[in-house]
Amino acid sequence: MYKILHKEVLSETVKLMVLDAPLVARKARAGQFVIVRMNETGERIPLTIADFDAAAGTITIIFQEVGKSTMQMGTLQEGDAFENVVGPLGHPTEIKNYGKVVMVAGGVGVAPIYPITRALKQAGNYVISVIGARNQTLLFWEDRMRAQSDELIVCTDDGSYGRKSLVTEPLKEILEKEKDVARVWAIGPAVMMKFASLTTQPYQTPTIVSLNTVMVDGTGMCGGCRVVMTEGAQFVCVDGPEFDGHKVDWDLLLARLSFFRAEEQRAIEHWKEHLCNLDAAFENGVKAGQHG
Amino acid sequence: MAKKAIVPKKVKMPEQPAEERIHNYQEVPYGYTPEQAMEEALRCLQCAKPTCMDGCPVNINIPGFLAQVADGDFQGAVETIKKTNALPAITGRVCPQEVQCEGVCVLHKKYEPVAIGRLERFVADWEAQQGKIKTPTLPPPSGKKVAVVGSGPAGLTAAADLAQMGHEVDIFEALHEPGGVLVYGIPEFRLPKAIVKREVDYVRSLGAKVHVDYVVGAVATLDELLETYDAILLGTGAGLPWFMGLPGENLGGVYSSNEYLTRVNLMKAYRFPEYDTPVSRGSRVLTIGGGNTAMDAARTALRLGAKESIIVYRRSRAEMPARAEEIHHAEEEGVKFHLLTTPIAFHGKDGRVTALECIRNELGEPDASGRRRPVPIEGSNFMIEADVMVIAIGQSPSPLIANTTPELETRKNGTVTTDAATMKTSKRGVFAAGDIITGGATVILAMGQAKIAAKAIDEYLKTGVW
Ligand SMILES: Cc1cc2nc3c(=O)[nH]c(=O)nc-3n(C[C@H](O)[C@H](O)[C@H](O)COP(=O)(O)OP(=O)(O)OC[C@H]3O[C@@H](n4cnc5c(N)ncnc54)[C@H](O)[C@@H]3O)c2cc1C
Ligand SMILES: Cc1cc2nc3c(=O)[nH]c(=O)nc-3n(C[C@H](O)[C@H](O)[C@H](O)COP(=O)(O)OP(=O)(O)OC[C@H]3O[C@@H](n4cnc5c(N)ncnc54)[C@H](O)[C@@H]3O)c2cc1C
Ligand code: SF4
Ligand code: SF4
Ligand code: FES
Repeated sequence: MYKILHKEVLSETVKLMVLDAPLVARKARAGQFVIVRMNETGERIPLTIADFDAAAGTITIIFQEVGKSTMQMGTLQEGDAFENVVGPLGHPTEIKNYGKVVMVAGGVGVAPIYPITRALKQAGNYVISVIGARNQTLLFWEDRMRAQSDELIVCTDDGSYGRKSLVTEPLKEILEKEKDVARVWAIGPAVMMKFASLTTQPYQTPTIVSLNTVMVDGTGMCGGCRVVMTEGAQFVCVDGPEFDGHKVDWDLLLARLSFFRAEEQRAIEHWKEHLCNLDAAFENGVKAGQHG
Repeated sequence: MAKKAIVPKKVKMPEQPAEERIHNYQEVPYGYTPEQAMEEALRCLQCAKPTCMDGCPVNINIPGFLAQVADGDFQGAVETIKKTNALPAITGRVCPQEVQCEGVCVLHKKYEPVAIGRLERFVADWEAQQGKIKTPTLPPPSGKKVAVVGSGPAGLTAAADLAQMGHEVDIFEALHEPGGVLVYGIPEFRLPKAIVKREVDYVRSLGAKVHVDYVVGAVATLDELLETYDAILLGTGAGLPWFMGLPGENLGGVYSSNEYLTRVNLMKAYRFPEYDTPVSRGSRVLTIGGGNTAMDAARTALRLGAKESIIVYRRSRAEMPARAEEIHHAEEEGVKFHLLTTPIAFHGKDGRVTALECIRNELGEPDASGRRRPVPIEGSNFMIEADVMVIAIGQSPSPLIANTTPELETRKNGTVTTDAATMKTSKRGVFAAGDIITGGATVILAMGQAKIAAKAIDEYLKTGVW
């Protein structure tokens, strides 16, 4: 069991948890991920290691509630535990002094990009960061990102905070203005990573994306996470999760991501129904208690 | 023993009718009753030179245990089998008996062989029904520690043997559940998971510890393990699924057999939405391949509600590597076979697969495997429509450990090289057994190699000689 030592609500749908996972923390490096399973009936859910502390034996995960599993995970409290946490999985980010780098994060993508940004900064890079969210309430870790960046641009889709634009706009401006950007990292929803890659393509700036395909085992055993690159199919869990954004077949990736939509909807409905039943049972129980 | 009359046919084993069983996940054969088992065991001729034993990779004293069953001495039979086979409830169910023990039983020349597999299963199940399984008395601790990587048949067997030799054993398993292919690959209706759990519990009862969620190579490298352990047994299997590299292979609805079966078996997608993991329940499911894995996928599809389940295999029926019983059960259940058929492309719409384009073959000259090579007939292309497709054409070892262990010698196909007499790898202190050295093979072969390895590890721990 992997205990939840600390929980924070970063926004209505984004939760942070610090887990007791010494074996993972000991080896974790920026860019790697874990797979968690809440309980016996749970799915195996891949999540980036957003932070880690080898000495304390802890890792931090940040997740957005998008479906049944992440919603149910969101209800866990400090003191509760995950039945399984396995990792660190995937290749760590290649950290070195590239010179000038741009970090682009969308939505919950701030979580995975943070430890990479920190490591790049420590390696001596000049770091320009662009973080964006649909609206202000979904934004988090602006302070942390600011502390690790030489420049930081914040945008929201609806203009409720910072600049009103998608992250690709400032990205394009930076590339126009600064001719010496050595590398771009873009992490967030698949659509955002697709458009960030398309934005950097004309400038031929190497662009690294961290793919979030559907996974089962996370160890190279099922092939469910496969992504098609110009040179052929690759497994995101063992060959990635970082890839050259200019070589990804984005349309296929997006199609594979939406493959289970009907089942996911059913899972949510089943869970909500179950919750209602639980509520009803609880109420009845209370009433029975009162009568008894 | 007096000469006795030969009974030409096996005592039939009762099983769930095909129409019924395709709607549930329960085991297909019910197993023999004690009376049926004794009757079947009596068919054994108690040969002076029991050829059956040569066919068994772990050399079980077959006539010995059969005589005990015939006498009703089931406890004695358990003990005879367990001298060389720690997992009879499993092997009795999944060994390809027709090419092993039963294939070389003398009766087989003219009649049906003795049902050795079914009797082995009977004996093991009988033991389980007696309640608590006896654990042997363990020798005093040797003070040596062994890390067993992987908890499939190879890992479990080696762990059991090593623990009984007095060594401290830690098993490291990447997944959240021990058992290897026995839990993630082979379906419940063929090998109930309660049986695997029982065997894992037995290994635990011998003192071995199981650490799940532990991916060796990621959590710790072999070199790091060697800082704490005196020896390592690699039993990580052949988990890397093969794809065909055909156009359209990455469309939604195209699964590797590993993904399809793992979702259903390990993650229990057949109980979705009670369990969270989904799997696509196609109405027409097509499985590519002719081995046990393909049969398992095709039969699983029926149980998930497919109206039609079709197998596409490039050679003819005689060349299918699956166990005879599995092919037979698949046919009974209504799985259709497109033989001598090779897939050439997946076609789809809006990112989802809709049809498989195939070409017909004729049989040519035998190839390196001794099986006649399929030769495509030009212009014979045709389409098979389906909404879920499962690729079950084989697998090889994952490169995860080799990639983090430079001194570990591997072949081109990823298998680890070993010395056949000792299962020693090229790296000092590291032994290997099972699918990691053979590529996808059988449970009993993995166990046989694990036994050899355990002996050699014991020797190495005692002498320190590599
Ligand atoms: C290497 C890796 C790292 C990840 N890191 C994080 C992280 O740090 N924080 C975080 O919030 N999420 C992360 N994800 C995504 C996360 O795993 C999914 O959001 C989660 O599995 C959804 O599960 P669910 O049951 O709640 O939703 P589901 O019911 O499975 O899905 C709901 C919706 O989300 C989409 N979806 C399903 N799986 C994924 C997926 N893997 N990626 C994107 N969309 C998906 C579906 O298409 C659907 O529209 C990561 C994924 C990978 C592969
Ligand atoms: C669907 C299917 C059906 C089959 N049917 C039959 C049958 O009927 N009869 C038969 O005899 N054989 C059958 N086989 C083959 C048989 O299952 C294998 O030959 C056998 O399981 C091999 O045993 P193993 O211990 O070498 O490996 P596995 O059973 O593959 O176990 C390896 C274990 O190691 C773990 N592992 C891998 N990498 C790591 C790592 N880096 N760190 C920690 N753990 C790791 C894996 O998660 C796994 O649990 C079938 C195989 C499949 C896939
Ligand atoms: S272990 Fe397998 S081969 Fe050996 S006797 Fe039993 S069923 Fe036959
Ligand atoms: S070969 Fe057949 S008949 Fe002879 S001992 Fe073995 S099982 Fe019995
Ligand atoms: S998640 Fe199964 S191979 Fe990557």
